[in-house]
Amino acid sequence: MKFGVVMLPGSNCDRDTFHVLKNVIGCDTVFLWHKDHDLQGVDAVVLPGGFSYGDYLRSGAIARFSPLMQEVKAFARRGGHVLGICNGFQILLELGLLPGAMLRNKALKFLCQFVHVRIENDRTDFTRAGKKGQVLNIPIAHFDGNYYAPDKVIEDIRANKQIVFRYCDADGKVTDEANVNGSMDGIAGLMNARGNVMGLMPHPERASEALLGSEDGQVIFRSLIEVLEHKGRKTR
Amino acid sequence: MKVRILVSFKDSVLDPQGQTVKNALHTLGYRSVKEARQGKVFELDLDKVSEEEARKLVPEIARKVLANPIIEKYTWQIIQEE
Repeated sequence: MKFGVVMLPGSNCDRDTFHVLKNVIGCDTVFLWHKDHDLQGVDAVVLPGGFSYGDYLRSGAIARFSPLMQEVKAFARRGGHVLGICNGFQILLELGLLPGAMLRNKALKFLCQFVHVRIENDRTDFTRAGKKGQVLNIPIAHFDGNYYAPDKVIEDIRANKQIVFRYCDADGKVTDEANVNGSMDGIAGLMNARGNVMGLMPHPERASEALLGSEDGQVIFRSLIEVLEHKGRKTR
Repeated sequence: MKVRILVSFKDSVLDPQGQTVKNALHTLGYRSVKEARQGKVFELDLDKVSEEEARKLVPEIARKVLANPIIEKYTWQIIQEE
């Protein structure tokens, strides 16, 4: 199976993500250039963190018009797996592949720190290698991570079990204090109703090697690989 | 023709930047400020566009690009005729 990591002007976690997928996990991985229309036959697309197009207008707002993103959108609509990390999550919201929007962090500060997130749903293609209630230690680095959606949308995503991660304390308790950016319902990661697109604010690629303080982020990549390898065997 | 588009948060959306501005104004003694909301202003210079066409074009641009309809609303006006 093959991963594609998108390179947009202003992406700055593309190489880290590529490194983790290729060298740490050992998966075939290619870069996807924003001006191309070619997804190179990848099985999953990763939208990395950064500040695409300088975050001008709104975070992720300009990226959605790039040629490659039209292909990514079509790929997702066909059921292809797309993972958006941080700025990638913001782009997925702007693209309309995930519901809701991001507001500035509640304290109006850029937050760059390790946080704890809890797996809310382990029956997803992004968390099946983990356990419900499992606490992951993964860093965040963002200004606009304060998730917002109208009440009706929040009701729907709760009912559909689309909330994948919530901010929590080290013991796995979801508290206001642990919800560092003020997200509604403490949402740190969210998938679409179909379950093939997920976005999260924490950076799993920065927590995939013991040397960097945590390997907890690997659970997301490994889940996806498990699913896609199984899918590949079935179609072959 | 020049048009000005004002994008701001919907009333239902908390605007922490506006609140911070309000708090700062209170600190300075401007106690009469009950509420402050922060937004963005865009000015577009449109080439060979009639007023009727602008009434179609500007809302389309605002909805599609300038504002995120989930959290933001917009108003616009013509500030300079052709």
